[in-house]
Amino acid sequence: MIPTSDPKKYWLDDPDNVTRLYRGLWIVCGLLASIDLVLHRHEDFGFATLFGFHGAYGFFACVALVLAAKQLRRLLMRPEDYYDKDRHGR
Amino acid sequence: MAADFPVALIPILGAALIPLLRGAARRAWMLLLPVAAFAWLLTVPHGMHGQVELLGQTLVLMRVDKLSLLFGYIFLLALLLSVIYALHDDDTVQHVAGMVYAGSALGAVFAGDLMTLFMYWELTAVSSVLLVWARRGERSAATGLRYVIVQLLSGLFLLAGGLLHWQEAGSLAFVHIGLSGTAGALILIGFGIKSAFPLLHNWLMDAYPEATPSGTVFLSAFTTKLGIYALARGFAGTEELVWIGTLMAAFPIFYAVIENDLRRVLAYSMNNQLGFMVVGIGIGSELAVNGAVAHAFADILFKGLLFMSMGAVLLRTGTIKGSELGGLYKSMPWTTGFCIVGAASISAFPLFSGFVTKSMIMSAAAGEGMLFTWLVLLFASAGVFHHAGIKIPYFAFFAHDSGIRCEEAPRNMLAAMALAAVLCIGIGVFPGALYALLPFPVDYEPYTASHVVAQVQLLFFSALAFAVLMRTGIYPPELRSVNLDSDWLYRIFLNGIWRHAASALDSARAALGAVIAAAATRLHARIYRHHGPEGGLARSWPTGSMALWVMTMLLAWLVLYYIP
Repeated sequence: MIPTSDPKKYWLDDPDNVTRLYRGLWIVCGLLASIDLVLHRHEDFGFATLFGFHGAYGFFACVALVLAAKQLRRLLMRPEDYYDKDRHGR
Repeated sequence: MAADFPVALIPILGAALIPLLRGAARRAWMLLLPVAAFAWLLTVPHGMHGQVELLGQTLVLMRVDKLSLLFGYIFLLALLLSVIYALHDDDTVQHVAGMVYAGSALGAVFAGDLMTLFMYWELTAVSSVLLVWARRGERSAATGLRYVIVQLLSGLFLLAGGLLHWQEAGSLAFVHIGLSGTAGALILIGFGIKSAFPLLHNWLMDAYPEATPSGTVFLSAFTTKLGIYALARGFAGTEELVWIGTLMAAFPIFYAVIENDLRRVLAYSMNNQLGFMVVGIGIGSELAVNGAVAHAFADILFKGLLFMSMGAVLLRTGTIKGSELGGLYKSMPWTTGFCIVGAASISAFPLFSGFVTKSMIMSAAAGEGMLFTWLVLLFASAGVFHHAGIKIPYFAFFAHDSGIRCEEAPRNMLAAMALAAVLCIGIGVFPGALYALLPFPVDYEPYTASHVVAQVQLLFFSALAFAVLMRTGIYPPELRSVNLDSDWLYRIFLNGIWRHAASALDSARAALGAVIAAAATRLHARIYRHHGPEGGLARSWPTGSMALWVMTMLLAWLVLYYIP
C-alpha cells in the first residue's frame, strides 16, 4: 500500500469524461421518465401511476436522506477516539 | 435411521479434526465438510427425525420441512463460500470457530423444540465471538466481550420464555408462538436481539466491523438470519413486527450515509435489509413470508459478497475507512467488479437477486393496503441504493484517487466472490429456482414491464440525486469519526453512572472510615489516661501505704464491732 506514481492514465482520470458520464446520467433519466408517457402502469396505489412518481420519489428521497443525515452529524458525530479515550479514564 | 443423524454435527464434529491437519489436507477437509453436509441434507426426507426423550419431553433434533431446508441449504452454501474466502488464512482459531459457528446455526434451524434451539442458539454466540477476538488486540477484546454478553442475553430471554411457554402450553415444541402472554414476549425479545430490532440492534454495528476480514463474512451469514428464521417460524403474522420492521428499514440508512468505516456502513445496511424481512414476517401472508425468507436467502449471498469485497480491501490496504480510500479500481479491478454485482443485487436492480425477492415483500405490503409501510419501504429502497449500492463501491474504488496501489485480492477470495456473484445474478435471472424452494407455493411474477420500469426509474433517479449532490459539493464528505448509536447508553451513560456510583461509594466509605477512626482515637486516649503509665488506676503504690490502709480498715472494723 505504498503510494507510487502510476504512469498509466485511466479513462476516468480525465474530468471531461466524468462530466460526460454525468450528462449521460441526466439523459438516461430523462428517457426513463418519458417511458411513463407510453407505458400503462399497474399499481396497488393509484397515485403511483402518476407521471414520474417513482423517479421523483427516488430523487427527493435521496436528497432528503442526505440533508437529514448531514444535520444528524451535528448531534451524533464524535472524534474517532471517543470510546477509547473513555476506556482509560477521562 | 440415517435421517435421525443431526446434520449440524457434520461441521461441529468435523471442526475437531481441523487443528490436527495442516496445509492442503486442512483446506481439503474444510471444503469437504459443507459439501458432505449438503449432500446429506439432500437425502433426508421431510419429517421429524432424531427424537430424544428427556425429562418427559420429546426433543426433536432434525425437523425437516421446506422452511428449515431453505435455511439449511443457504447456511451450507454460505459456509462453503466463507471457507473458500478464508482458505489463504492459517489461523486455526478462525477455522474451527467458523465451522462450529456455522454448524450450530444449522443445528438451530433444524431444532424442532425450544430446548434444542436454545442450546444451539448459545453455541452460535460462544463460537462466533472467537471470530471477533481473532482480530486480537485490546479493542477487539472489548468489542467481543460486549458482543457475547448481548448474544448470551438473547439466549437467556429465549430460555426464560421457553420455560414459561412449556408451563403454559405443556409442550416444548417450536411451532407458531405468537405474541400472547409473557412467554411469547420474552421469546420475541430473544429473537429480536438476534434479528437486530431497533434499540436491540447495536451489537451488530459494534462487533461485525471489528472482526477479521473473513470473520465478518462468516458473521454476516448466520446470526441475524437465524433470528429471521426463528421469527418466521414463531411469529409470522404478528402485526407489531410490521411497525418494528418499518422502523428498522428506515433509521439505519441515515447512519449509513454518515458512517466512515465501510464495513460498518454494510452493517447498517444489513439492519435495513433485515427490516424488509421483518415487515414481510409481520404481514404474514404466504406471499409476504415467502418474500421474507427468500430475501434472507438472497441477502446472505449479496451481503456476504459485499463484506468479502470490503474484507479484501482491508486485507490489501490495511484500512477500510472511506476517508482514506479511493481509486482502488486501478489496483483491484476484479474485486471492484464483484463488489458492483453485490451492490446491484442489494439495490434490487432487475436481473439481480434483490429484485426478485424484495419485490415480493413490497407487493405484499401494497396488496394489504399498507400505505405508510409501503412508502417507507420505497424510501428505504432508494436509500439502500444510495448508501450500499453507490457509496460502498464509490468511496472504496472510485471517488478521488487516494494514491494507494496494492495487489489484487488473493485468488481464493476472488473465487469466493466470483461464486457469490454468479449466484446473485443466477437468482435474479432464474428466480424460479429459488421460488421452488420457498415454504409456500409461489404465484408471483417479478418481471412485469410496469414493475421493472418503476424500479429502474427509482434507482436511476437516486443515482442522479447522488451525482447532483456530489457535483454541487452538498454531499457530506467522509470524515474520520464515530457516530453515537444506542451502544452509547451502556458504553458511556451506564458506564458513567457506574463510575459515579463507585466514586460516591468510595467517598462515603472514606467519610465513614474517618468518623470511626476519630472515635477510636478518642477512646484510646481515654483508656490511656486512666490505665496508661501515668493513669491513676495503674500507678504502683509503696508497701507502707498498704499497711496504713489495712490498719485503717481494722480500726474501722473495731469501731463498728463496738457499735451496738
